[in-house]
Amino acid sequence: MSRQVFAYIIHKNGKPDDTALEFATAARKLDPNAEVIGVVVGSGADLEAAAGEAAKSYTSVWKIDNAALAYPLADGVRKALTSVLPREAVVLIPHEHFGLDLAPGLAVKLDSPYLPDVVDFAGLDGDTLTAVRQEFSGMVSTHVACDIAAGAVITVRPGAFAPDESAAAGGTITDKSGDVGDLAAGRRYLETLVAEVGDVDITKSEILVSVGRGIEDQDNLEIVNDLARAMGADVSCSRPIVDAKWLEKSRQVGTSGQTVSPKVYLACGISGSFQHMGGIKGAPFIVAVNKNPKAPIFQVADVGIVADILEFLPELTEAVEKNR
Amino acid sequence: MDILVCVKRVPDTSENEIQVNGKGTDIERDDLVYSVNEWDNYAVEEAIQIRDRVGGTVTVVTVGDDESEEVLRREMAMGADNGILLSDPAFESADGRGIATILKAAVEKGRYDLILTGAQADDGAGQVGGMLAAMLDVPYASLVNVIEILDDKKIKVGREIAGGNQEMNEMTLPCVLSIQTGINEPRYVGIRGIRKVASVEIPTMGAGDLGLDPAAVAPKVKRLDYFVPDMGEGAEMLTGSTEEIIEKLMELLKAKGGIKS
Repeated sequence: MSRQVFAYIIHKNGKPDDTALEFATAARKLDPNAEVIGVVVGSGADLEAAAGEAAKSYTSVWKIDNAALAYPLADGVRKALTSVLPREAVVLIPHEHFGLDLAPGLAVKLDSPYLPDVVDFAGLDGDTLTAVRQEFSGMVSTHVACDIAAGAVITVRPGAFAPDESAAAGGTITDKSGDVGDLAAGRRYLETLVAEVGDVDITKSEILVSVGRGIEDQDNLEIVNDLARAMGADVSCSRPIVDAKWLEKSRQVGTSGQTVSPKVYLACGISGSFQHMGGIKGAPFIVAVNKNPKAPIFQVADVGIVADILEFLPELTEAVEKNR
Repeated sequence: MDILVCVKRVPDTSENEIQVNGKGTDIERDDLVYSVNEWDNYAVEEAIQIRDRVGGTVTVVTVGDDESEEVLRREMAMGADNGILLSDPAFESADGRGIATILKAAVEKGRYDLILTGAQADDGAGQVGGMLAAMLDVPYASLVNVIEILDDKKIKVGREIAGGNQEMNEMTLPCVLSIQTGINEPRYVGIRGIRKVASVEIPTMGAGDLGLDPAAVAPKVKRLDYFVPDMGEGAEMLTGSTEEIIEKLMELLKAKGGIKS
């Protein structure tokens, strides 16, 4: 029997997440001979719609419908998956806030190896899978190997694989709801608190001067404000600046912050973690200024400048003001 | 409330440039500056604040060698009451699951209401907390950025989800939480604090003390090599004098609409 690779499909309002299409590609790269099955979990009409959408990209879709999963909290989803998935299943889960909640525990309960935050698959030799990961905020990569004969739980970085846009699988949907046991857990969903919009809506900005850890001190933010003023830009930032409470959360670009789509993005002293870059959509012209020539931001920027922003930005501000 | 915080000694990436060694078997470790994993400091600070509000104890635990003791002392200088070092040659090659297995054995040697880990460490995996919770069969929440103690059996937690939003959950104790940065401001540790705990005895437990078969912590996932990621096309790097760089950059910014008049 060929290997079964399950792609866990996150969905919202009946629409699968972008990773649904990416995982169709990822699963085939993992094992071209595998039977690839999309899994959708939830409740009611939203789930029906999501399963229908998933069936455009997967020849086989399993759905688990349970009122207790209307808000899919990881504990309940884990129990549902543990009762439905075969023990030797290879399961792909997005490496984001939900996947981080679900996947490690699922690997323990399925007694499978766990491969977290995979960015590529480098080959399958018999049952030995080699995958590519990154460590130290993307500064180095590693090949990791594990035996997947008895299954594996793998979180895959969103955006790491190209989406499969063919959308003509015409898949069959199998209802697995009846196989789900007791979902009771010592954790209960209460509510979602929606982020407050700040004084500036950076999601609408055409030019962003974005500041990261390289600014070193709150007082130094003034040089960023000066540059933004001269350029006619808004100021955004990376996570450490918000953690330090130097700027409000509504200014944070990234998967846990705002998604922005400016024309020009000037990244100042930002290393360029994938969580940060995940908050930038469209194809802005990215200029990166960073004193570390190996900062991952230089892999994705259009233009790079190796410099200390504390010295470079004031000079740039002066030049912008002169040239207006 | 008795709280256990799992911490880790890691290379300080803000102080170090991480380089791959000549053979690609490891990173260059000789000149690295090590410190406490950033996320763990937030977890310890949160534990201390909870203890100060509702009473109880804070214990910090780490899996590592003798040098990891300094990490425990630093967190005790912050205000943690106890430290435990889990050290054994058998632990050296442990993967995330192995670390969770070791921690589980240590948890079962004590009685804790709440177990905290940092959301992730240098390998970016974010796996140990979730595995530990599943092994202990207790609830788990990741990326926690708010904790409110309701009573001695229940807590309310806020988790960071996409778009700056927050998911609120109620959880029964005991449970495991992985702590996200930004939940608090970790306090500064001065030299006086470090001196105060310098001579405190820190118990060390090995595989035997924990009743662990070394085979139970053998890695299932093996790292084959380290390499520098393919840079792809990468950025066009502007070089020259600052004036030359700025001149070129100004042209580009103007062309791309990066300067509004």
